[in-house]
Amino acid sequence: MSVSSRGRLERAIEHLLFACASVSILVTIGILSVLVFETVQFFRTVSPIEFLFGTTWTPLFFDKQFGVLPLVAGTVLVSSVAMAVALPAGLLTAIYLSEYAPTSVRRVVKPVLEVLAGVPTVVYGYFALLFVTPLLQQLVPGLAGFNALSPGLVMGIMILPMVSSLSEDALHSVPSGLREAAYALGATRAQATVRVVVPAAFSGISAAAILAVSRAIGETMIVTIAAGQQPRLTGNPLVPIETMTAYIVQVSLGDTPAGTIEYQTIFAVGMLLFVSTFALNMVSQWLRERLREEYS
Amino acid sequence: MIAIDGSSTVFPITEAVAEEFQLVSSGARVTVGISGTGGGFSKFCAGETDLSNASRPIKPVEVAACQAAGIDFVELPVAYDGIAVVVHPSNDWVDALTIDDLKRMWEPAAQGTVARWEQVRTGWPETELHLFGPGADSGTFDYFTDVIVGDEGASRGDFTSSEDDNVLVQGVSTDELALGFFGYAYYEENRDRLRLVPVDDGDDTNGAGPIAASPDTVRDGTYRPLSRPVFVYVSTASLARPEVAAFVDFYLDQGADLVREVGYVPLSPNEYELIAGRVEARVTGSMFGEGQDAGVTLAELLVQPTHP
Repeated sequence: MSVSSRGRLERAIEHLLFACASVSILVTIGILSVLVFETVQFFRTVSPIEFLFGTTWTPLFFDKQFGVLPLVAGTVLVSSVAMAVALPAGLLTAIYLSEYAPTSVRRVVKPVLEVLAGVPTVVYGYFALLFVTPLLQQLVPGLAGFNALSPGLVMGIMILPMVSSLSEDALHSVPSGLREAAYALGATRAQATVRVVVPAAFSGISAAAILAVSRAIGETMIVTIAAGQQPRLTGNPLVPIETMTAYIVQVSLGDTPAGTIEYQTIFAVGMLLFVSTFALNMVSQWLRERLREEYS
Repeated sequence: MIAIDGSSTVFPITEAVAEEFQLVSSGARVTVGISGTGGGFSKFCAGETDLSNASRPIKPVEVAACQAAGIDFVELPVAYDGIAVVVHPSNDWVDALTIDDLKRMWEPAAQGTVARWEQVRTGWPETELHLFGPGADSGTFDYFTDVIVGDEGASRGDFTSSEDDNVLVQGVSTDELALGFFGYAYYEENRDRLRLVPVDDGDDTNGAGPIAASPDTVRDGTYRPLSRPVFVYVSTASLARPEVAAFVDFYLDQGADLVREVGYVPLSPNEYELIAGRVEARVTGSMFGEGQDAGVTLAELLVQPTHP
């Protein structure tokens, strides 16, 4: 093979790889432009103030109200329940795996945890609806068949591996010199962990938590199946609610004609969802980079 | 090849008939779509389909669209569908509901205000009221709001709505404070998990007092106003094709058993005969004019002249 034909081949491969990389960027730009275009159409009819601060959401019905707060409340409620499970459990798991567990235990527990992340979310959804909810109804009087509690708990289990895995990375990247210094000062293992290692890994752990929140907000299948479809401005986890994602699914499944205001609502809600998760991911990214700087 | 589209409520019946028909008549292919009653009629009046399923009579605007395209049709009522009103089995305070009770719960003015059972009727518990019903794209929703609230599509928006009746069954059967409505067939399938509520229309001429939905009360017209006939419309141009004519004959002849099998209520043999007679004579147009009284029984309508 001559030198020049080799060079041509190299360039061709380079172009091919560049094309592959651009596809995902172009698709993202495409999605974003559709989202922006339809959202702008929506805000021609409905004022952003009414959308962001209104307390009733009934765009599909007779008395159309476009206040997105009930959907936001539903999303926040389910995500809070999920975080209340995933954060403590995930952090404790990470501490155990990083600071206490013998290698043999760790070799078993880590992959098992990662299996949790591989379960399809539709399975989690029916697990919440058909197993967790009936179980909880034995313990919690007045718990409705659709509610925020059960999908929240199950979602917490689902994002637990993410919290534990990212937190463990953060704990692991704390230089062992810090631990040794703590031991040298007479600290027990618990004291070294709680007072030295966890604070040192704090920005990494926060990054994990924020990423988990962003995942919880965007989660769709579990809440669509088990949380109900009734937009309701409430903090009560025992009654049917509707999240932003579940609303988008509901409208997409019906035969709402394109171009109508009902149809545009899903893009406005989608935009809000995109902006919130995007902001959270940025914060998380920034925190992780700060951690990297601290110990490099 | 016979093309059918339209209502998802009528789909199970027509699909069952189509399957049986394809077994006995070798070679005939029947496709059944679900675009909703309105979506079905827009295809039908554009000449794209041979038959159209409908969970309500054709509207005057749709008749006009068909006429403009030169499409004549014969209207075939094929079954009755009742709308069941249900509560959780452990609900011990609701023994019956009046149309006014239902209206108070579902009318647009109830949105955000009628939130507890005691607001529906004094003496009922002060607990929350959780409502479940079909979504705004559903023919059942259109019909319910029309006869209960008095205006098609007029409903409160703060209830759990789903196009999937199984979701509604799941919701009501697991929530002690729930009340919901959906097609009778879904109650029949889940009767051990739900309690059916009798409905009183305040009109004693079609059965006194509260009446529970059942195949008998739906058929004899006493479960008013929450029962209705469902239809198939066939274009006369398509009827000229032997396979379409054979399909329609088969539908009216064998349909009753299949209707029962899929959970709906068949018409009486006499009514099926009257309809077959109309197909034979190619009686075109709709029996239901503007403002047709919903209380008239089909047997009475079938012998009246049609509206153009």
